[in-house]
Amino acid sequence: MIPAAPLHASAGLRRRAEEMSHILPPLLAAARQLAATVQLGAHGRRRAGLGDEFWQYRAAHQGDEARAIDWRRSARADAHFVREREWQAAQSVHLWVDDARSMEFTGDDSRPVKADRARLLALALAVLLIRSGERVGLADPATPPRAGEVQLMRLAARLTAPAGEADYGAPEGRAMQPHARAVFISDFMGDPVAVETALTEAADRGVTGALLQVLDPVEEAFPYQGRTIFESMGGMLAHETRKAGDLRDRYLERLAERKDRLATLASRTGWQYSCHHTGDPAPGALLWLFHAMERLA
Amino acid sequence: MLILGPIGFAAPWLLLGLVALPLLWILLRAVPPAPIRRRFPGVALLLGLTDAEQVTDRTPWWLLLLRMLAVAAAILGFAGPVLNPAAPTGGTGPLLIVADASWASARDWSRAEARIEAALDAAASDGRPVALVNLSMPEAGVPVFQSAGDAAPQVASLSPRAWEPSAEAMSALAAALPEGAFDTLWLSDGLDREGREALLDALQDRGSVTVQQSPRVIRALAPATYADGALLVPVLRVATATEAQADVAAMGLDPLGIPRELAREVVTLPAGEARAEAVFDLPPELRNRITRFEIVGESTAGAVSLAGDSLRRREIALIDGGGAAREGLELLAPTHYLQQALEPSADLIGGTLADILLADPDAIIMADVARVTETESDALLDWISEGGLLIRFAGPRLAASEEGRNIMDPLLPVRLRAGGRSVGGAMSWGEPKALQPFPEASPFHGLELPGDVTVRAQVMAEPDPQLTENTIAALEDGTPLVTARQSGQGQVILFHVTANAEWSSLPLSGLFVQMMERLALATRPAAPEAAELEGTTWVAERTLDAFGGLQEAGDLAGIPGARMAEPVPAVDLPPGIYASGDRRLAVNALAADRELMAASWPSGIAVEGGAARAELPLQGPLLALALALLLVDLIASLALAGRLSRMRRGASTAVVALALLLIAPQGLRAQETADTLALRASSEVVLGHVMTGDAQIDRVAAAGLKGLGEVLYRRTSVEPGAPMAVNLEADDLAVFSFLYWPVTADQPAPSPETYLKLNRFLRTGGMILFDTRDADVAGFGAASPAGRKLQALAAPLDIPPLEPIPEDHVLTRTFYLLQDFPGRYQGRGIWVEASAAGAEQAEGMPFRNLNDGVTPVVIGGNDWAAAWAVDDRGLPMFPVGRGFAGERQREIAYRFGVNLVMHVLTGNYKSDQVHVPALLERLGQ
Repeated sequence: MIPAAPLHASAGLRRRAEEMSHILPPLLAAARQLAATVQLGAHGRRRAGLGDEFWQYRAAHQGDEARAIDWRRSARADAHFVREREWQAAQSVHLWVDDARSMEFTGDDSRPVKADRARLLALALAVLLIRSGERVGLADPATPPRAGEVQLMRLAARLTAPAGEADYGAPEGRAMQPHARAVFISDFMGDPVAVETALTEAADRGVTGALLQVLDPVEEAFPYQGRTIFESMGGMLAHETRKAGDLRDRYLERLAERKDRLATLASRTGWQYSCHHTGDPAPGALLWLFHAMERLA
Repeated sequence: MLILGPIGFAAPWLLLGLVALPLLWILLRAVPPAPIRRRFPGVALLLGLTDAEQVTDRTPWWLLLLRMLAVAAAILGFAGPVLNPAAPTGGTGPLLIVADASWASARDWSRAEARIEAALDAAASDGRPVALVNLSMPEAGVPVFQSAGDAAPQVASLSPRAWEPSAEAMSALAAALPEGAFDTLWLSDGLDREGREALLDALQDRGSVTVQQSPRVIRALAPATYADGALLVPVLRVATATEAQADVAAMGLDPLGIPRELAREVVTLPAGEARAEAVFDLPPELRNRITRFEIVGESTAGAVSLAGDSLRRREIALIDGGGAAREGLELLAPTHYLQQALEPSADLIGGTLADILLADPDAIIMADVARVTETESDALLDWISEGGLLIRFAGPRLAASEEGRNIMDPLLPVRLRAGGRSVGGAMSWGEPKALQPFPEASPFHGLELPGDVTVRAQVMAEPDPQLTENTIAALEDGTPLVTARQSGQGQVILFHVTANAEWSSLPLSGLFVQMMERLALATRPAAPEAAELEGTTWVAERTLDAFGGLQEAGDLAGIPGARMAEPVPAVDLPPGIYASGDRRLAVNALAADRELMAASWPSGIAVEGGAARAELPLQGPLLALALALLLVDLIASLALAGRLSRMRRGASTAVVALALLLIAPQGLRAQETADTLALRASSEVVLGHVMTGDAQIDRVAAAGLKGLGEVLYRRTSVEPGAPMAVNLEADDLAVFSFLYWPVTADQPAPSPETYLKLNRFLRTGGMILFDTRDADVAGFGAASPAGRKLQALAAPLDIPPLEPIPEDHVLTRTFYLLQDFPGRYQGRGIWVEASAAGAEQAEGMPFRNLNDGVTPVVIGGNDWAAAWAVDDRGLPMFPVGRGFAGERQREIAYRFGVNLVMHVLTGNYKSDQVHVPALLERLGQ
């Protein structure tokens, strides 16, 4: 007879595992599918270094070891040539995906919430990067950058963890390795000072990266009328107006101001900035992120 | 009840609520619309923004007005308003309700009926006894007063008839009024007639008389007459001082046999005139089609004038054998006298024989035509055998030709001798011959012979045993002058003289015209003479009802001709179409000389104009109005509060869907479904079941085919789609290969078009499994209701001879080897197409060499669908048998279904196994 307790425990474990695997594959599959839209070419660093791929022949000069000379090439000419290989050192990329309540918003049931899109983009980027040999991790110390497919599972598990309690999120740059790459995906609706602090802190440590602002089309359009009380997703902030339609122009002005501020901040610290709307297809944003990573390198 | 003007209130105290309206105004005004709460992450950007202008937090005045109106409507509605509240009716004692109930009452009968019911209700509440009298259908004896409740079911007996009350009926009632004093309600049709005033006096002697009559002017049509090539239809009305117009339509059958309006005339009735005539000048073709005239928009028997065959003019084709007529010799033209005789009463057409036959005339007269080509002759014979009347006149050409000399010419009634003869001429002996009196069997019998008709030349008939029989007019010496012979339904008649005065003086005499008339060539006069009708009996074919509709007459007694001579319609002669032999007479609601006079009532009598103004409760409309206003208010409030945009999409979808539902043409939907059905049924194998109209049986049939489909899917390479219910009338059967048809005793028979479809389906390889679902207890007799129904349903189907399924039928081995075919019942065998008579059993073969092809029907009664039926979870819906044996039976039922579908889809290829030895031999094995 099997004791009851272990049965329960194992059943619980199995149920949790099933739940977990139930959540993970869709996100991962979606991310892989999204990543498949980006055609990967040779992923070199476009400079000589340690690697397997041929980079160039150059004339041997003083200091080159004799065994570095490529005798086959040298035999075809009078001078000695050294065969150089492309530098293919892996990069560490830190992802930060805003998990605050504000990301749980969608203006229309037909569109995914912002957090879904952000997670999808982050994981798809991770798929692409890991496929090209980079190490990818999150910005928190719990998930340091690592290479390999298993890391994808870890990332997916971390990204699908329950959302935070805060209304608006702020990136943290403390766990980032120096001279790594970083990607911040958020709606950046919260306090811009926190973003600025994190970004300058990161820049100080030689970390460059990309800011992707994910917004819902409704947040860009502000199609509200009439007497309305606006509340933040967590309910911490509230604003009442008698005529919402009148606020539209001023709201849009402030939004543009916020975007401008982020763009300025990014250019000042050598980061890249872009805004993505959940109403638009995801591949565009993924392509931008991927190229941003390449540009930074 | 509080009564204000025309409106009364059942609960007037509720009206006090209206006083509270101003209070409501103030209250509503103070309450602003509630704000909406929205979750919006961008609120961080909104913080600190102030409203540029203050939207009023008071409700706008128009919204307030809307709400006030809604509340006011609700208050008024609940106060129970009634338009035209019934004034308390006075009077006590018995009430006699007298109705003219003629055709003139028909138009406003619904009002009159409402008035009667109102009177009965009032009488019931006052406890007054009531008697009902219908003057158009007088009953013998004294009207009996009874309680209003007992009288209520008899109101239908007061419904109007297509004729008018007779003077006798009125005087009879005046003489047989019940004892004692009573009040009278007279539902008059508004027309004056003999006896009315006397009856009124008699009624007034007994008590007060109230008259109800419609204020509308009564119009009617008198019988149509024919004059100068046009049809005259008199329009009658009660003379009024205003000019009026009436649209008179001539209705008839179009060439396809569909009744439709053939012509329409607008008649203006000048002020003060009671009569005008609609003149229809129509081509004969159209005129002959007319069956009735009616005043458009008036549905009474009086507004209908039926056309008997007196309006019909015969179409007669004249063919002249003389070729091109010589100019100036018209009097010698063979057809001149015929034209003169027939023109006033018939429509003559000419042309070539082929053209004429297309027009299908009533009769063709060929004057001295000797030769007819073979094709023309064939067509002519066809036409005669279908009832045509061919009349031929002899002449020099016919006499000179060889037509009908030795053999019987089908276009001549008798054989002719060569040459003919002439008497009394310069070169011949004897005197011109006069006529013999017509024999009794002759159609000319009774016509008076003028003394001056002589015949100088004639063609002679070959003596023949039939000759006497065929002769319908002869000369003094017994030689035939006119011979006739029946041919099919038609007749061929030969005048042995010419149609002009060349050979005889017959065409010059009045007798010629009379003979033509007797041959039914000439139209009869519009109204038959009394003498002509003497001794005839007329049977009603169709009768008019009071509302102008033609009904089947049923078994009405025959009407003696004497009664038809003065066709004043009454109980014994309802208006309609009467037939005697091949003649049709129309009896109209109005006699030809009828004039309409308005009934005038003495000043002492209360005449209710028009309708009894029925009580009209306004509660429902008012409450509906209040509800509608509140709905408008709801939408307006939402719009004001800015909440409408969110729902806009859903709402607009709903509105559009609703509108589509309301206006979508039915045909479009049918078309769509027909297309999708055809697409679905043809993209995969689909088993169909015929919809019987019994929801339960249809459900079982669908479930049964579903179960069979699943079995097929699991066990065979047939992968059928979901079964489909087939509406035989609407759906295209060509896309199905197998139909399951459960036969119920009360399912409607398909239409003839559907049978065409079904036969096409069966001929092109489809199969129907008829299932009487009665375990075939009757053994294919008609003893069970379903069996009888099956026989009725299948009678028009193109089904080959059937036999009980033989042991070696291919159905027994198309997939499984089976010998019985149980369903839910383990009944007897099933019936399939009989095998060919010559089928023989080959040496060493277990079965006969049967013909190819799929049996188009399989008939049985084992309720297979119930055995196959599975529910949504795939479990059997019905128990079959008991225990394992039952499951075995279900299994065999499934196997039968598999075999059946295999048989439909693969035909008889299993029968080809008989050829296997031969094939093997040919292969050299």
